[in-house]
Amino acid sequence: MTAIGWFQIGVFLAVILALTKPLGVYMVRVFNREPTILDPVLRPVERLVYRLTGVHEHLEMPWTDYTTAMLLFSGVSMLILYLIERMQKWLPWNPEHLGNVTPDLAWNTAVSFTSNTNWQAYVPETTMSYFTQMAGLAYHNFASAAVGIVLAIAVIRGIARHEAETLGNFWVDLTRCLLWVLLPVSLLVALVFVSQGVVQNLKPYTTVSLVEPQMVQVTGADGKTSTETVHDQKIAQGPVASQEAIKILGTNGGGFYNANSAHPFENPTPSTNFLQLVLIFAIPSGLTYTLGRMTRSPGHGWAVWAAMAALFLCGAATAYWAEAQGNPLLAGVNQAAGPLQPGGNMEGKETRFGIASTALYATVTTDASCGAVNGMHDSFTPLGGMVPLINIMLGEIVFGGVGSGLYGMIVFVILAVFIAGLMVGRTPEYLGKKIEAYDVKMAMLFVLVGSFTILVFSAFSSVEKSGLAGISNPGPHGLSQLLYAYSSATGNNGSAFAGINANTLWFNSTLGVAMLLGRFFMAIPVLAIAGNLARKKITPESLGTFRVTGALFTTLLVSTILIVSSLTFFPALSLGPILEHLLMYAGKVF
Amino acid sequence: MTTVSHARATPLTDPRILQRAILDSFAKLDPRVLVKNPVMFVVEVGAVVTTFQWARDVAGHVTGNAFGLQISLWLWFTVLFANFAEAMAEGRGKAQADNLRKARTETMARRIREDGTREMVPSSALRALDLVEVGPGEFIPGDGEVVVGVASVDESAITGESAPVIREAGGDRSAVTGGTRVLSDEIQVCITSNPGETFLDRMIKLVEGAARQKTPNEIALNILLAGLTIIFLLAVVTLQPYAIYSGAPQNIFVLVSLLVCLIPTTIGGLLSAIGIAGMDRMIQRNVIAMSGRAVEASGDVDVLLLDKTGTITLGNRQATQLYPAPGVSEAELANAAQLASLADETPEGRSIVVLVKDKYGLRGRELASLNPTFVPFTAQTRMSGVDLDGQEIRKGAYDAIEKYSSAFGQPVPKEIKDVVQTIANTGGTPLLVARNRKVLGAVQLEDIVKGGMKERFDQLRAMGIRTVMITGDNPLTAAAIARQAGVDGFLAEAKPEDKMALIRGEQAKGKLVAMTGDGTNDAPALAQADVGVAMNTGTQAAKEAGNMVDLDSNPTKLIEIVEIGKQLLITRGALTTFSVANDVAKYFAIIPAMFAAAFPQLEVLNVMHLRTPQSAILSAVIFNALIIIALIPLALRGVRYRPLGAAALLRRNLLIYGLGGVIAPFIGIKLIDMFVAVLRWA
Repeated sequence: MTAIGWFQIGVFLAVILALTKPLGVYMVRVFNREPTILDPVLRPVERLVYRLTGVHEHLEMPWTDYTTAMLLFSGVSMLILYLIERMQKWLPWNPEHLGNVTPDLAWNTAVSFTSNTNWQAYVPETTMSYFTQMAGLAYHNFASAAVGIVLAIAVIRGIARHEAETLGNFWVDLTRCLLWVLLPVSLLVALVFVSQGVVQNLKPYTTVSLVEPQMVQVTGADGKTSTETVHDQKIAQGPVASQEAIKILGTNGGGFYNANSAHPFENPTPSTNFLQLVLIFAIPSGLTYTLGRMTRSPGHGWAVWAAMAALFLCGAATAYWAEAQGNPLLAGVNQAAGPLQPGGNMEGKETRFGIASTALYATVTTDASCGAVNGMHDSFTPLGGMVPLINIMLGEIVFGGVGSGLYGMIVFVILAVFIAGLMVGRTPEYLGKKIEAYDVKMAMLFVLVGSFTILVFSAFSSVEKSGLAGISNPGPHGLSQLLYAYSSATGNNGSAFAGINANTLWFNSTLGVAMLLGRFFMAIPVLAIAGNLARKKITPESLGTFRVTGALFTTLLVSTILIVSSLTFFPALSLGPILEHLLMYAGKVF
Repeated sequence: MTTVSHARATPLTDPRILQRAILDSFAKLDPRVLVKNPVMFVVEVGAVVTTFQWARDVAGHVTGNAFGLQISLWLWFTVLFANFAEAMAEGRGKAQADNLRKARTETMARRIREDGTREMVPSSALRALDLVEVGPGEFIPGDGEVVVGVASVDESAITGESAPVIREAGGDRSAVTGGTRVLSDEIQVCITSNPGETFLDRMIKLVEGAARQKTPNEIALNILLAGLTIIFLLAVVTLQPYAIYSGAPQNIFVLVSLLVCLIPTTIGGLLSAIGIAGMDRMIQRNVIAMSGRAVEASGDVDVLLLDKTGTITLGNRQATQLYPAPGVSEAELANAAQLASLADETPEGRSIVVLVKDKYGLRGRELASLNPTFVPFTAQTRMSGVDLDGQEIRKGAYDAIEKYSSAFGQPVPKEIKDVVQTIANTGGTPLLVARNRKVLGAVQLEDIVKGGMKERFDQLRAMGIRTVMITGDNPLTAAAIARQAGVDGFLAEAKPEDKMALIRGEQAKGKLVAMTGDGTNDAPALAQADVGVAMNTGTQAAKEAGNMVDLDSNPTKLIEIVEIGKQLLITRGALTTFSVANDVAKYFAIIPAMFAAAFPQLEVLNVMHLRTPQSAILSAVIFNALIIIALIPLALRGVRYRPLGAAALLRRNLLIYGLGGVIAPFIGIKLIDMFVAVLRWA
């Protein structure tokens, strides 16, 4: 570990802290339909959209209508993506003449991008045409991110309003989110990326001669292996910058290339790397302030932010520490950081990023349900790799996905308030709203869907032939791969312990189901809570009221999250990464 | 006024209660009963499964089946301990219900027929609106209102208070309860309830817990516990495939043990006991809550409406000072004041007589020789006094006397006007005394605030509860007393409809309001309030309208009621937190034990250094069972409530039950492991 490494982590968090309030305030203005600086340009566009689609701008929806609209929108979008994938051969912008995507992979990918997961069971540069990437995948990067954000806004409104039946208008929120938040920022960021060397074109792939021809082993059709000399290499091209910006900003994470943000065309320099890190947390962090402002309790927003920041720091420090330690089995090899080498465990890491940036990226991308990677999580040390896994298992609430992180966190707030709130001698209240049976039921449903999906699917896969077939490493590491895959799908993260071979019928279909459950069956109970909270009266605060601000509350919230999640997943983790770590120190690796 | 009467508290260690509780613990094993408590139901199913497995092992001559037997036994104990907690909580109520049933014994009643003749009917034949006559020594056959007469009644069967109370027709002291006994005089009672619906019947049901329904918060907590149980069920069920994958499959005893240790058995086992004990604590303080919901709501109260008289101040105002008008001697004023008050039986009147006697040595005189004519207070004149020797002596409120004397050209002297103003400003009530329409001076009446009330209100404020004083006084007087007593607000010149408006106003702001009341005109407000405590001495209407009845008729009791409500909620929260926090240590006991054989490296997780895997698992299960027994007293007594602000209270309870809940089982399991070693159980 180096001072500069810690400095990077510190500066990163400081930048996030500085961005939180301005972004939060901006989003309040956008969703409260207050004037903003972009109005002269965007208002006419907005009006035009409503005129074309027949949306009544001032019509408010109860939570049921809001949910139905969200489901319809996502369902139709998902179907369109499926059809594009299945027909890309006949569609334009396919210079490499890629064929149609197979049904199970097309389903998996359609679900994956609709649910903001961006799990990729395919190699993009050999599977998806430019048209599919732009019209299908990039569209979903915007749409699914906007859906997440507007759901969070609807939930915040549920908390803030009282004796109200409605949560806003889904179509209006969605339009405003896209026009005012996602599109302008993405446009700006794409330009910055291009300036740093991210490509943006529709050219066919370039073939270049290798400076040094390579000898490779190939397996022939008869099963015999032979050596072959490779003289040239294909370099994939494409409209990357436009997709890269929203991939990061919308916590989507689906790479244009297989190597994702480790690829020099996606993430060329340490500056773009830092910018990506900041953009991943920007909106989720800003939304905490939006929560505080819209509920007229800024302190609560900051308390939630602090809980997220604390969990983030624990993860980042652990991952950085674990990766900087290196591998104990490489005894006698100098693994210390020095002027000539980054030290530590450099397997699967880009030299232009190094230990700290890669550990930080892994933590950030899994805290937020982004899933973009700039290194191989699979190659991390057992404990270093456990950090991303735990981050996802916590429920993607440490800043979390855009919107979904905040509403997931609110579920934990409700649980914390309910369990400990009793200890002040009053019926638990959250910002003046009494937390009653219905709210607890929905909150528990949310937690249950998450744990059920992760545990049951990975347990089944760990003893079932089609599941076991995907594991690339035996022993505890294989179990970690399975746990990671289903956690990543359920948490809508999309990153992978990439050793797993997930492009099989079994994984494509079950991971698809996991992603659907993790997105929509967890969003519905939260919206139900929002609808129920909106109807309640607000009890004014008194000295006897449980306060959801300050260090005490933050501590309580962090403890609740850690206890609930660790109790759920500790047995599984102890047979996965923990056991692997202990075995590694006993001299056994996988 | 008695504050707390523990007349009927039976100690919990009473052998009869213990005996019955032990028997009930077994009766409650019935799965049809237990299924209402999902957490303990899962434990019972687990116990059945392990017992069955053990029996199969024995039948199949599998060696080393002592472990299975011990696990099964301790699982059964876990269920029994939880049942025992509930049975203990019900025990005191059941004992009390038995006593109350004795009071309900069939009596004969003299029913008055429409033609005025009497007939003897059994009390069970009485219906609402029947008229009965009750004489000295007879039991009142049913709940009702006294319509004719006045009598002293022994209500000890209900209230536990042996001093008799007066019940009379008309006014706010007219309600009588079936099963109480008339001591003197004869009254006619109009029955107001049908058999089986009497106050006594309801009370028996309440103390017995027969009418007990889960309260809203209890339901919510049950959902949380059921949810946690399902999550842990998932965690344990899916652990087996992972274990198989890892090459270390587990046997059923170990898996069930892990499950039972993880699910929140501590709070699951004690939850209903906590609720029942909360009701019971109300009953110990002689408050009958009509529902658990009311008890729970009392913890949430934001505003307390307290009647000034009797609650904040000592019964009535007392004369403390005389202010003679210019040219009038103090003795002359004292003399007139005394004469005007001799026939005045109101407490104020009497206090004037006492003041004059103490301060001026004027003793009461025999006035019969002077042929006096006493003039009683009327609503028209608003004065009282005496006519004797051709003198008209009057005393009354300032404006009444002013009208009376200035009509005859005798204005109130300016000095007296000033005195009146000063008295009113300081919260006193001025009375003027006049002789032959000439104002002689003023008498200062003052409210005496009860000792310790200010501190009480400070505590309430720290708890976040606002107190509002209700008084018929004018705003000036009210403000002064409010200041003196330290209440947060007051409602002056309060009429019943003002009270109602105040409650509605607070509720519209989202606040919960508690109040006490006894009169029929309080009934609407009692019904509107979230917590309405009716005085047992009050009218039937008031008792019907409120959701609690205070048998001691002590308005200050409201403060205790709030504390009991809070205590109930805190106890639930504390034990839930404790229960969940306990799991951390149990994981560290059981997980390494499960996989130590296959992966010795996992031994580093055995931070407690438990001796053997079997001992570790057994110790965790035993701890899990014993902690229920250990916490029964806390569940029944309730976590002590301290009047602190929410933040301080939360910090304190989180430290004790949260952090304590993490640490305690590490120590407990280690100790049990040592015992298990000594006893060679595993």
